[in-house]
Amino acid sequence: MSKLHAIVIGAGFTGVAIAHDLALRGFAVTVVERGPIVNGTSGRTHGLLHSGARYAVNDQESAIECIQENQILRLIVPDAIEPNGGLFIGITDEDMAYREKFMEGCAACGIPITELSPKEALRLEPNLNPKLQTAFTVPDGTFDPLRLALAFAASAKANGTVFHLYTDVVDLLTDGQGNIVGVKAWDRAADKRFDIQGDIVVNATGAWVGHITSMAGISVPITPTPGVMVAYDKRLTQRAINLLNKPGDGDIVLPQRRMMVVGTTSFTIEDPDYVPVYEDHVQLMIERGSNLIPALRQTKERGAYMATRPLIGASAPGRSISRTFKAYDHKETDNVEGLVTITGGKATTLRLMAEKTVDLICKKFNLTIPCTTAETPLLSYRKFYVN
Amino acid sequence: MSEEKWTVKFVIFRKKGDQPARYDSYVLEVDPEEYVIDGVERIWAFHDRSLIFAHACHHSTCGACGMRVNDVEKLTCITKIRDVTTNGGTLKIEPMRNFPIIGDLVVDMTRMYAAMDRVHAKAVHPLSAAPLEGEDIRPPRDVPRNNGNEYLRLADCIECGLCISACPVAGTAENYLGPAVLAAAQLQGLKHNPDLLDVVDCADGLWRCHSAYECTAVCPSNVDPGWRIMDLRRQVVGERLKRWFVKA
Repeated sequence: MSKLHAIVIGAGFTGVAIAHDLALRGFAVTVVERGPIVNGTSGRTHGLLHSGARYAVNDQESAIECIQENQILRLIVPDAIEPNGGLFIGITDEDMAYREKFMEGCAACGIPITELSPKEALRLEPNLNPKLQTAFTVPDGTFDPLRLALAFAASAKANGTVFHLYTDVVDLLTDGQGNIVGVKAWDRAADKRFDIQGDIVVNATGAWVGHITSMAGISVPITPTPGVMVAYDKRLTQRAINLLNKPGDGDIVLPQRRMMVVGTTSFTIEDPDYVPVYEDHVQLMIERGSNLIPALRQTKERGAYMATRPLIGASAPGRSISRTFKAYDHKETDNVEGLVTITGGKATTLRLMAEKTVDLICKKFNLTIPCTTAETPLLSYRKFYVN
Repeated sequence: MSEEKWTVKFVIFRKKGDQPARYDSYVLEVDPEEYVIDGVERIWAFHDRSLIFAHACHHSTCGACGMRVNDVEKLTCITKIRDVTTNGGTLKIEPMRNFPIIGDLVVDMTRMYAAMDRVHAKAVHPLSAAPLEGEDIRPPRDVPRNNGNEYLRLADCIECGLCISACPVAGTAENYLGPAVLAAAQLQGLKHNPDLLDVVDCADGLWRCHSAYECTAVCPSNVDPGWRIMDLRRQVVGERLKRWFVKA
């Protein structure tokens, strides 16, 4: 029997992880992406490899996913990660009121934390706000978004996956009865148009899933939720620094190479294709960031950017929506065969999102092939370019 | 960002497959505090969906968005429009040189990745091998430690290819390893990585460099390849002498 052919739309984190998982489970895989690897939300991530502690009070499902995936990614893709850990620091009495809940939440989710005295914390990270009252170590990390994605893409490619970059999906191919049997593609590098037939089409376009599902006349309840991040031109800590409080704007400051990155804000929009970086959001980042690390105020801005998260759920604003991802088989939800949509989630859980999506696809085809991505080290990201 | 608005003409290099190359102009209203990549992305979003360009992180950690801006190599996500043109001025945007063009502003950087692989360039360094402060390349005396272990951090070199595009030698010698690659070899040191000696000590290795220092001038990421190539030459001469004496 010839291999089943899966077409994955989107080469963001979800798309490349799904391509890798599908290829390992024996599918022939074609990835179609309108830009380069991770040009949308994934590339413009903050870069925090979450320990899960940020969600340990309000969203324990996310927190548990994060700590498990954090430990897996450290093992399978070491060449894109700064594995230096993180700190949650409490400065005000209001922050301190969150301390008990934080400790209980981390214990419930299996996230290892250690409380430090202010003196110990300042010895580890001398640039922290000297008014801090407490600090907890957490197993956070920082990752390079492009190289993380390229490691998955390189491994997928080594197992036969074909990548069509700079190629738009302009329409879905149907069998005449509304079922999806492939995609119509436009390669913008060569200005060529062609069709790709497949046994299953996987819509892994994140905040853009609606663009694809609308081609099949169906919709998925996601809210494109952008946030602004600002990079500063000096590395002031070795660890990721988080505010010990419920998640809010500008409460994470990350080291990355020689920079610090502060994020993020959160608002909702209709069309994610282009969202400007708003000046007031940039101002807010320096204010909130310098609450954690005062020396940021003396540091030059290096870059400011915006990324649009795909949050699940249609109505409620930003952060209150669950951050967990969903995979939809449109046969079940809309009686359209041949199309699966995956959206939601976060960078740290990319591998798990792929596992669940490919489980669902295997079930559709009555296959029982176990997922092996958690145990399979990824190739170097450079192998995406070099054979 | 600011309230200020400028009108800027973007003149963009275009090339599709076998079709002849051309330049397309787009007049945009911009905030001078915006970055060049923001303007390029807006041209794609609102003016011409056929444009292709490379980009990912938008804050200089990934190295994807290197281009030539008014004839100078720039990482466009950290290049403010204010710093490269004026109100009413022009921004000529072209793909990097010395790499094959995939289309429009996108080039194929396989040449560089393959060479980085040959010298086993590290993507993640211990902090002591990649010091943060000061111009001195040697590690500072007090490298902070993480419970007795070394901190690790992502390498300075983001493999953007700007140094290879700017290098006057890389254009005439397609097998030349190139500045980023020689800098990666220097950073590891021949003393601890003797197998690198034969890779760099050859006609297409560090002797091809003409010391133009264009690489150092355009590097957006504190690598200083020009200095590193000169230091690598000292290392090579030292290793050769040592081997000559050992043989004798």
